[in-house]
Amino acid sequence: MRINNFFYLIKEGVKGIFKHGFMSFAAVCVTVACLLIVGSFSILMYNVNIMVEDLNQTNEVLAYVDSSFTEAEAKSIGTKINMIDNVLQSDFISREEALKKFVADHQEDEAFSGVEAEDLRHRFRVILEDNAYIEETAGQIEDLPGVVKVRAEYELAEGFSTLQQVLQLVSTAIIAVLLVVSLLIISNTVKLAMYDRKDEISIMKMVGATNGFIRLPFVVEGFTLGMVGAALAFAMEWGLYDTLVEEIATVDSLKLFNFVPFEHVLIPMIGTFAFAGLFVGIVGSWTSIRKFMNV
Amino acid sequence: MIEFTDVVKSYSEGNFALNGVSMQIEDGEFCFLVGPSGSGKSTIIKMITGELKPTSGTVHVNGYSLERIRKREVPFLRRTVGVVFQDFRLIDNMTVYENVAFAMRVIGAREKEIKERVPYVLELVGLTDKQSRHPGELSGGEQQRLAIARALVNNPSTIIADEPTGNLDPVMSFEIMSLLQEINNLGTTMLVVTHAKDLVERFSNRTIVINDGLIVSDGMDGYVSYENQ
Repeated sequence: MRINNFFYLIKEGVKGIFKHGFMSFAAVCVTVACLLIVGSFSILMYNVNIMVEDLNQTNEVLAYVDSSFTEAEAKSIGTKINMIDNVLQSDFISREEALKKFVADHQEDEAFSGVEAEDLRHRFRVILEDNAYIEETAGQIEDLPGVVKVRAEYELAEGFSTLQQVLQLVSTAIIAVLLVVSLLIISNTVKLAMYDRKDEISIMKMVGATNGFIRLPFVVEGFTLGMVGAALAFAMEWGLYDTLVEEIATVDSLKLFNFVPFEHVLIPMIGTFAFAGLFVGIVGSWTSIRKFMNV
Repeated sequence: MIEFTDVVKSYSEGNFALNGVSMQIEDGEFCFLVGPSGSGKSTIIKMITGELKPTSGTVHVNGYSLERIRKREVPFLRRTVGVVFQDFRLIDNMTVYENVAFAMRVIGAREKEIKERVPYVLELVGLTDKQSRHPGELSGGEQQRLAIARALVNNPSTIIADEPTGNLDPVMSFEIMSLLQEINNLGTTMLVVTHAKDLVERFSNRTIVINDGLIVSDGMDGYVSYENQ
């Protein structure tokens, strides 16, 4: 292909966008709408997932040390606990610290007023990597010499774990369905745009234009429309998200929800939007035009 | 040169569009192709332009063998055959000049060639003073002349005109047929499919008559002998 032909085809592709203004506008609007829906849902699910994970992190295992152990002996068990696979972190709590907390928690209860530090045991607060295996890990901790008792909220941990799995499954399914629906809608819009040009294509075929020559301007057009749609959707997503997060922060009852800043998901969002725009633009125009090429 | 030898075309079993057609149109000839609707005229045109392949027999068009042609060679065959349709098939949002230049651009012609060739062709068909108009602003005869200019601009060795006067009044029809004759005089092979008996008689060229997928007469008095059957 000669270089002036190449530039002619690129120019034709860009010109086509303006020449068929309404169809281009429709294609961009549909792309923006679909990507906004998919993007918003993805980012919502990402946040929900993080919130559930944070809640899960607060679920801990308490390991009580034999009361005959000195503080130094008790502390040494920490190394062994940390060596267990599923343990993320363990914090030593001495009996004195435990008493302070106990006293604070039971200030108004006279029955506990005479409790001494010696009545309590040294202990470890253990946070796990994955609470799905809480029972197994708690067992391993309990088996360590010097550990006499382990306390864990098995049911709560399992509940979080199941919730997280269900959320992941549901969100993946919904995003996949939304993505497929979006692709179908966008590719249909591109098809309509192509239908608008079927006479032009048949004339090109009639005078002996090669398939590549016919296709390239349409692919350039599809690519440009897809990218413009993706860029607009991305900017709108960012703006909407930031506004929403700011609004939520001002409402007291919603302060419980801690949304991640948009910058956290900036790179994956750019990647996904650019890929989706590129994919629907190029694949949409390529496959739609094939229908009109068989003349 | 266009050469059909024992060409059979069936679209479905037992339904023959062409039933053993043999004909030869030499370079530079002017030839009418006449026959009733459904006789096989369109099938012949579609074969010449590479849209259809014969079921059996051989078709040679300007050096290409249709029974063996590859998909990617079809555009190059089409560059040797200009086509003019009854319904003109012009692009409404392009000017007269652009409609003709478009046909050159899409086969990759250089801008310099386009600037030289388009005015020449528009002058040949008498549309020089209308080159900035749009097809909608032209009369039917002018639109057909524009379609002829477009068919001609890539310098094809053959022009196929499919009912070129079907939408025109008798005066314009005569004008268009005269223009086609003039182009033929410059050396382009011309195959005109028509129902216009008066024009066929008036221009007294070779006439091939087809009926039920068979050539029933072929010669300078072809239409007359068909009418007399």
